[in-house]
Amino acid sequence: MKYLQKIGQFIIMLRDVFRRMTKASVLKDLIFKEINDLIIKSLGIVVFVSFFIGGVVTIQTALNLNNPLIPKSLIAFTARQSIILEFSPTFISIIMAGKVGSYITSSIGTMRVTEQIDALEVMGINAANYLIFPKIIAMLLYPFVIAISMFLGIMGAYIAGVMGGYINSEQFLTGLQEDFIPYHLTYAFIKTFFFALILATIPSYHGYYMKGGALEVGQASTTSFVWTSVVLIIANYLLTQLLLS
Amino acid sequence: MIVVKNVHKSFGEEEILKGISTTFLQGKTNLIIGQSGAGKTVFLKCLLGLFLPSKGSISYDGENYATLGNNGRRKLRQQMGMVFQGSALFDSMTVEENVMFPLRMFTKQTREEMLKRVNEVLERVNLQGANAKFPSEISGGMQKRVAIARAIVNKPKYLFCDEPNSGLDPKTAILIDNLIQEITRENNITTIINSHDMNSVLEIGEQIVYLKDGLLEWEGNKDIIYKTDNENIINFVYSSELFKKVRKAQLQGL
Repeated sequence: MKYLQKIGQFIIMLRDVFRRMTKASVLKDLIFKEINDLIIKSLGIVVFVSFFIGGVVTIQTALNLNNPLIPKSLIAFTARQSIILEFSPTFISIIMAGKVGSYITSSIGTMRVTEQIDALEVMGINAANYLIFPKIIAMLLYPFVIAISMFLGIMGAYIAGVMGGYINSEQFLTGLQEDFIPYHLTYAFIKTFFFALILATIPSYHGYYMKGGALEVGQASTTSFVWTSVVLIIANYLLTQLLLS
Repeated sequence: MIVVKNVHKSFGEEEILKGISTTFLQGKTNLIIGQSGAGKTVFLKCLLGLFLPSKGSISYDGENYATLGNNGRRKLRQQMGMVFQGSALFDSMTVEENVMFPLRMFTKQTREEMLKRVNEVLERVNLQGANAKFPSEISGGMQKRVAIARAIVNKPKYLFCDEPNSGLDPKTAILIDNLIQEITRENNITTIINSHDMNSVLEIGEQIVYLKDGLLEWEGNKDIIYKTDNENIINFVYSSELFKKVRKAQLQGL
């Protein structure tokens, strides 16, 4: 019953987000600010994690392929498939649930406990639209982050594979192009689009409806991370079933 | 002027406001006082239009909030200024951006026009030169003054203050009280202050409404409050030894 109530509250919040739009000139500034806070400031961790995980995937694959009958190009093939299908869209989204999700929950939650949201409402401003809509629009750029992650993941795989002596450059490039199905990229970006909406809205919900003080802001951030991750994993399963099976 | 007629407010089975009728006067500082749980905050939220009364009406210069459409309500809200207990300044914005916020949201003024008005109100609250500071860089008293500047920048007809001097030292509290009273008179605003501070009651209480258990128990002003024989209000306003002595002196005409 409690969960049903929360789902209802989440739907009401989403409805409010798209009602009574904030003045366009103000909204434009808010969207640019959110693009900076949510997208640009996340690039550092995405670049770092993608590059090294790409390398690790290659090393682990190489060390597990001992059979001389299996071609070395399979290392690059495996790295490509892992990175495009799962690592970049899903693993990076879980990391973003921690980084961006916590930021969204704590920033909106702090505004709630310090009456800043009440101040917006008293002025006749639709606080849900003012605070959450720019975040949703900014997160529409999230697929670009994932594209960068895919590129750097494969780059990391190449460097680790070739420099580590597990595979030569020619074999890697052959494996990279082997049995490439362009639809897998479409699938990955469709997933990413849904993940972006989850990353923008669930943490916003936890901040927007939080009650209490500073301690509860911290608790809300943790809860938000847990629920965003759970919903991401479930959505990942459902989308994979729908789009790939 | 705000006219309140027989306002009731219930949450489920629990009735918080049990029929309040009063008039808040224009150009005066109207105080709502009462013990915790008396219904002051719910009453203030009803006056702000954040809660709709379960029964009764609230009229703002003849306009009944409950019967207005969404546009009418929004326009009326834009004529209201609010000073929150904790100031509620937007901490990601500078003092200038905070004060300019209502102008950016609700007017079509150019940046130069907005800046001129912002500097006018900052000067009025004695904060000239603080434009570039962030709320975290200024004191509690200064934050309250910024909140007052933000509340009056769009020339509201109604100003609401929720315990505006809580958490301030006595000297700053008096400064804030006097500032609100001066601004109220200068701009002929209907100001309503939700207060716990008995200094405020005796200093700026031009119209005082005392709530108890969701009912209006007493109504008057600072010049007659000491004459009341209502035990509840005597115990509430003159609870400390100092205020008991003040009342005694007032009764003796000292």
